[in-house]
Amino acid sequence: MKKILAIFIALLFASNAFAASGKVTVVTSFPKDLSGKFKEAFEKKYSGVTVEIVGKKTTAGIKYIQETKSNNGTDLFWASAPDAFEVLKGDGLLEKYTSATKGIPAKVGSYPVNDPDGFYTGFAAAGYGMMWNTRYLKANKLPEPKEWIDLAKPIYFGHTGMSAPSRSGTTHLTVETLLQGDGFDKGWAKMKFISANFKTVTARSFGVPDGVNSGDFGVGIVIDFFGLSSIGGGFPVKFVYPTITTLVPANIGIIKNAPNQKNAQLFIDFLLSPEGQTILLDPKIRRLPVNPKTYSKAPKDFPNPFKNSSIGAAVKFDVTLSKNRYNLVNSLFDVMITYRMDELRAAMAAVYAAEKKLGNKNNAKAKQLIAEARALVAKLPITEAQANDPAFNKVFKKSRKKAKDGEKYAGTRQAEVEADWDKQVVANYALAKQKAEEALKSL
Amino acid sequence: MFKNLFLKSTAVFIGLFLLIFLAVPIFQVFYVSFLDQNGHFTFLNFYDFFQSALFIESFYNSFYVAAMSVVVASIFAIPLAYFTARFNFRGSVLIQSLGFIPLIMPPFVGAVAMKLLFGSNGSINLLLDDWFGFKIPFMEGLNGVIFVESIHYFPFILINLITSLNNIDRTMEESAQSLGSKGFKLFRRIVLPLSMPGYVAGASLVFLKVFDDLGTPLLLDVNTMLAPQAYLRISSIGINDPMGYVIGVILVLTSIAAVWVAKLALGGKDYSMLQKGGGGMVKRNFLPHQKVFAYAVVFFILFLVLSPHIALTLLSFGTIWSFSVLPDAYTFSHYKAVFDNSVFIKNTLLYCSIAAFIDIVLAFFISYIVLRTKFVGRQLLDYIAMSALAIPGLVLGIGYLRTFYSINLPWNDKPLASWWFMIVIILAVRRLPYALRACNAVLMQISKYLEESAESLGAKKTTIFRKILIPLMTGGLLAGFVTSFSTATVELSATIMLVSTETDAPLAYAIYSYMQTAAGRGPGAGFGVIGVLIVAAGTYLSQLIIEKNYKQRGMEAKID
Repeated sequence: MKKILAIFIALLFASNAFAASGKVTVVTSFPKDLSGKFKEAFEKKYSGVTVEIVGKKTTAGIKYIQETKSNNGTDLFWASAPDAFEVLKGDGLLEKYTSATKGIPAKVGSYPVNDPDGFYTGFAAAGYGMMWNTRYLKANKLPEPKEWIDLAKPIYFGHTGMSAPSRSGTTHLTVETLLQGDGFDKGWAKMKFISANFKTVTARSFGVPDGVNSGDFGVGIVIDFFGLSSIGGGFPVKFVYPTITTLVPANIGIIKNAPNQKNAQLFIDFLLSPEGQTILLDPKIRRLPVNPKTYSKAPKDFPNPFKNSSIGAAVKFDVTLSKNRYNLVNSLFDVMITYRMDELRAAMAAVYAAEKKLGNKNNAKAKQLIAEARALVAKLPITEAQANDPAFNKVFKKSRKKAKDGEKYAGTRQAEVEADWDKQVVANYALAKQKAEEALKSL
Repeated sequence: MFKNLFLKSTAVFIGLFLLIFLAVPIFQVFYVSFLDQNGHFTFLNFYDFFQSALFIESFYNSFYVAAMSVVVASIFAIPLAYFTARFNFRGSVLIQSLGFIPLIMPPFVGAVAMKLLFGSNGSINLLLDDWFGFKIPFMEGLNGVIFVESIHYFPFILINLITSLNNIDRTMEESAQSLGSKGFKLFRRIVLPLSMPGYVAGASLVFLKVFDDLGTPLLLDVNTMLAPQAYLRISSIGINDPMGYVIGVILVLTSIAAVWVAKLALGGKDYSMLQKGGGGMVKRNFLPHQKVFAYAVVFFILFLVLSPHIALTLLSFGTIWSFSVLPDAYTFSHYKAVFDNSVFIKNTLLYCSIAAFIDIVLAFFISYIVLRTKFVGRQLLDYIAMSALAIPGLVLGIGYLRTFYSINLPWNDKPLASWWFMIVIILAVRRLPYALRACNAVLMQISKYLEESAESLGAKKTTIFRKILIPLMTGGLLAGFVTSFSTATVELSATIMLVSTETDAPLAYAIYSYMQTAAGRGPGAGFGVIGVLIVAAGTYLSQLIIEKNYKQRGMEAKID
């Protein structure tokens, strides 16, 4: 009995036996293909230091760091979405650090590479675009898309996909870019007409390239490295940047009270060094380096934002505006699109049917009805002024600090607002469908 | 007096265990649902829930899907269980083991495999379109969810039903036969009613699991159900909307209600049999035409429910599989990546066996205390343990971090929550309901008189456990162990919160980490196949033991 107990206790301790002195613990949302390559190269260069990689989804990573702050064991947070870092920064969980590495420009596209306050550092850039499965397009006789607006054409009905902006920080930036590029009302209308063609709104950002790679749907709105690495992996897919896109840096930041601060700084410097930047070009990784010199080693056709100024430069991106209405835009997208996909699809299917029958006929009444139906689909349950109102945005903010009495919207709850939006949106879609059907009948 | 002291202290110990590792962490997370914006106590959030058309619709959808899945899962499970357990059926052990596999659907990669096969451009639909010019929407909308969930969870009914069928006293069936009952009538009037405890145990698990299941609706991108609504709200970046937690509370309450209803359904009837049947039952022979029919049905069902795993295997050997019936070419290279990282496999074996062992020990005592003693609050143990089923893994994971991260281990000053044994505990807590249902069902079928006569002859409680209950419950305990073990091998949502170093990570985590890249699909599928193989081997072994046990007792019965 004692022996068994001894073995059991030995077992319990076994995994804690290796407390090496020189190490750095990195919490990251990046896949093994990326983090593993950097770990290997870093450990080769600094042979005394072990890199502990802890892979977690971005959201889980944030929660992990928030929950473990009292007893922090993490040195670095390493992920794509700048907004994830904004959340950590806002909670005071990041440590300032500015690398001395030279040769990194201040901006990529129209987005600053590093956090202006110095809490996190960009090491690679990425922008949104469209990827498609060539076999799928051929089988379904679909043309290759070039611009976002192409995806709003009836021909793509049921053939496209995207992830929800509330699930993926980079998707959020795409939606925000569209809103800033086209204006709030027009941007949302475009977004809805594109969305009506979605076969699916995935809950996971990798669900989109997965779906395109499998041929589950034809065209996906994805971040470039998903497209480029799928090409690198041999899948029959292609990728293109539309004119309106934003290049966004992927970042790394040191956690407050990091146990191995020196090594953490070393790791950031390594990411920015010429060796580190070159790793980004690996066929399984394929992210845009922030050091312009690295592009000389890139394969042909590899996009270079520092040379091709059309990538990510069309929109002047207002970071503050984006930050202020961040949660509201996500919530609005979910209420109008993600959760009401069936209703939206049904409404637009009716519109498409009516438009097809209308063709070039000159039927004023039908035209009028179709225009009304489209307007109803596009209609927002909220005005731009309200969406940008900081007081209203507080309803969607995370921290529940004591609201001052008399403050506008003090007692308003997010669920209440959403239920109200939902009611309006569902009614609008239903009415739009009805009008489109009426138009069809009149033809 | 000793027996009561022993049992009472066990009850208290189990109560404490559940309190510390389930109730407290959940409470740490769920109290948010009772707070208003200013942090005051309120029920307003629940009012909001019932005011929202979306939530009501989601609630209805979840309920509908769960109920329909029980129906479809029963259609899969009942023929498999009845044919293989009550007739001389060649390969019944193999079939019963294979029928268990669908429960093991590795995260992410299982979804990809399902889509490659049943999706609107999956193999089957591509073939259908090619040959007949139409497609079947297997995976669309709520019906898609019902289809996938039924394939996925029908083994719960299968395994519990088989155990129940094996436990039916042969004299019951034989008396009915000698009185002239046969065929479907025999099944309906005698076999079905007597196997009710197992069926209800399985069906209630299916209902609960489907009601709370997150993976399948997410895979099919069906958002208007409760679990995905909760998940989407809880895990969004920077949003702290209490509605996610409100939905969580509602899920838990509904689950407890479902367990209670299942209890009512069985209540007032006595399912116990004096003679522990099983072995005594002479398995019947099919008539020739029946045999053909039975084999056809069994193979059709097996093919249907195993097809996702066939796709998974193809995926693990395939190079590129895109918009085509089969992969373009085949390779072994993905398995090289798998075996280069075998630490994940080792971790999974270690964690899941300890967790499943903890589960059957706890489950044995809980079901004994609930069914055989009159302790005050004994039902509460059952309900609390079962509520684990309804807690989203993510929520429990966050609760563990919140509760245990600030406590340091005495020997190395590391946080308790980052210790690998906490992964074992969280797995044990999350999978306890499975073992518990299995134990409950078997114990219900064992007559109290057996224990009482032993007791009147002076046997101690521990002797009764050792000599009567445990041998008679072997089947149920093993069933519980296997269910807990295998479902734990693919658990991800809770463990992903607790994994603090990669060297401590289990297999499901490896799959997750590979499945985030286009190139990681093959190795991810490879890990999935390894997980399934481990589970298949374990299941086959335990089925053999059950079968042996059953035959042995059969022999003894005949000698009598």
